[in-house]
Amino acid sequence: MPHGRSTVKNRVENTMKTVLMISALSSVAIVFLIGFFTLKESIPAFRGIGPLNMLTEKVWRPGQDSYGILAMIAGSGLVTLGSVLIGVPLALGCAVFLAEVAPKWMAEIVRPSVELLAGIPSVVYGLFGMVVLVPLVRGIEVPGNTGFGLLSASVVLAVMILPTIASVAESALRSVPRSYYNGSLALGATRWETIWRVNIPAARSGILSAVVLGLGRALGETIAMIMVIGNSVIMPKALTGNPLSIFLSRARTLTGNIAVEISYATGVHESALFATGVVLFLLIMIVNTSARGLLKASIEGGRRK
Amino acid sequence: MKTAAAILSTLLLALAAACGEQPEPAAEEAGADSTVALSGEISVVGSTTVQPLAEVLGEAFEALNPDLTIIVSGGGSSVGVKSAGDGSAQIGMASRHIKSSEYDEFPGIVVHTIANDGIAIVVEPGVTVDVLTMDQCRDIFSGAVTNWNQVGGPDMPIIVVSREEGSGTRGAFEELVLGEEALMAESAILQPSNGAVRTTCSTTPGAVAYLSFGYLDPSVKTIAIDGADPTPENVANGSYPVSRPLNMITSGEPQGAVAAWLSFITSEDGQAIVVAEGYLPIN
Repeated sequence: MPHGRSTVKNRVENTMKTVLMISALSSVAIVFLIGFFTLKESIPAFRGIGPLNMLTEKVWRPGQDSYGILAMIAGSGLVTLGSVLIGVPLALGCAVFLAEVAPKWMAEIVRPSVELLAGIPSVVYGLFGMVVLVPLVRGIEVPGNTGFGLLSASVVLAVMILPTIASVAESALRSVPRSYYNGSLALGATRWETIWRVNIPAARSGILSAVVLGLGRALGETIAMIMVIGNSVIMPKALTGNPLSIFLSRARTLTGNIAVEISYATGVHESALFATGVVLFLLIMIVNTSARGLLKASIEGGRRK
Repeated sequence: MKTAAAILSTLLLALAAACGEQPEPAAEEAGADSTVALSGEISVVGSTTVQPLAEVLGEAFEALNPDLTIIVSGGGSSVGVKSAGDGSAQIGMASRHIKSSEYDEFPGIVVHTIANDGIAIVVEPGVTVDVLTMDQCRDIFSGAVTNWNQVGGPDMPIIVVSREEGSGTRGAFEELVLGEEALMAESAILQPSNGAVRTTCSTTPGAVAYLSFGYLDPSVKTIAIDGADPTPENVANGSYPVSRPLNMITSGEPQGAVAAWLSFITSEDGQAIVVAEGYLPIN
């Protein structure tokens, strides 16, 4: 009965289609629900304080009705920058090694260990940072350095974003056709020149999205940051003449601001924390959108070549 | 299978987001039911300072009433008042006085003081200072004094460690030590729990912090204020100035198991536990 079988087949097809569509739409619906809810809760703060005031004011003292989040925006931005500076080269090195250099048996040991990093709960990273990393950083002899601050936080965060970036970048590198590699070698390029000049440029859109995924994770990380960054609401500033010493300054992240204070907040204070969430939401949207733009540009640029 | 699990979890999330806003009248009714006899459940929510004491007092009362379960969870003093006021918990805990704005919001709440607690000023053991005046304490925590050599100690920068804004311990400390004018130093390291404050203070050279008596241990060194050591005896005789009440809050007069537990806490046996845990009895 070929006819009957095809009806059953169709029914399965249609059911699967609906199920898949619901699962896709539900994530869209959830984004909107959360966005709407956060925005709605933040309205009293934006109305009472003024969005411009909130974004440009450095002082956050809910007890004195000061609700400026500029210091937290700077904190989040700097710690993300720091983690990218440390984490991206490490992760890319790791990806290139796994995709191009490592013998098979070695890759099979290294890859699961890198993936294991992604499975460690962030509170464990925080604990490690607090007990091991902070005392190490404290060893840098600069007045005012307590170990708690942007450097410790950046290092912890760099390790946390490493597995995401490494695994996405590795698959991007692996998807570069083997013929590119062989062709380049045949033309007399060394292995290193081939990897640097051929494979990495060919995989750049994948590598870029790997970095952006890492950025997103870095901006959103909360608990590990609270444990090592010091949480002081101050504008991070260089402790000595050396501008790099800004990373020894304490700071607070946008996520940390919400997590640290939400259990106590009521009224405008609570609403201001939701407003912090809205700003975080917007920041991540800007990162994602510009990543899409970059990605598109790099794909088109690749085509022109 | 993976997709199904993903859909299910996302739907649950959506549901939680949609429902999160409404207060839960169901919980209130359930609460009223379980207070009839000395069985069932008492939910206790709030201050992380009162929490460890409430847990010990809960275990002692559960031992006397095996059918009763007392569930103690943290969240902070403000959460404690709110939870008791809106009925999401039968008892709220607060490690400070109740604010007038809270009485306005929840006019029906009744406050039961179960113990008194001192707040000690502690330093990292490498700091050789042993005694400070109340004014020096204020200047240290407000950031007016930044080096230990300004208060008779070694040449070492002072690192202030504090709880976050809104904590009951911080609220009480600011009220008692900083007073109306001074504000907590901006550069203070903030940690979101008493335990994290203690760890940070004990491991950071030059650190100073404040801790509830219940959290004191040998990893940090206590400072005498105006010559009085932070001991329960000195709080009781009035020579140690920094103390505050630990409160439990109910919505309306307590009944059933809740009332029985609260009267157990204020009884001689209950107060003996309070003293054994390092806090001060109410009388």
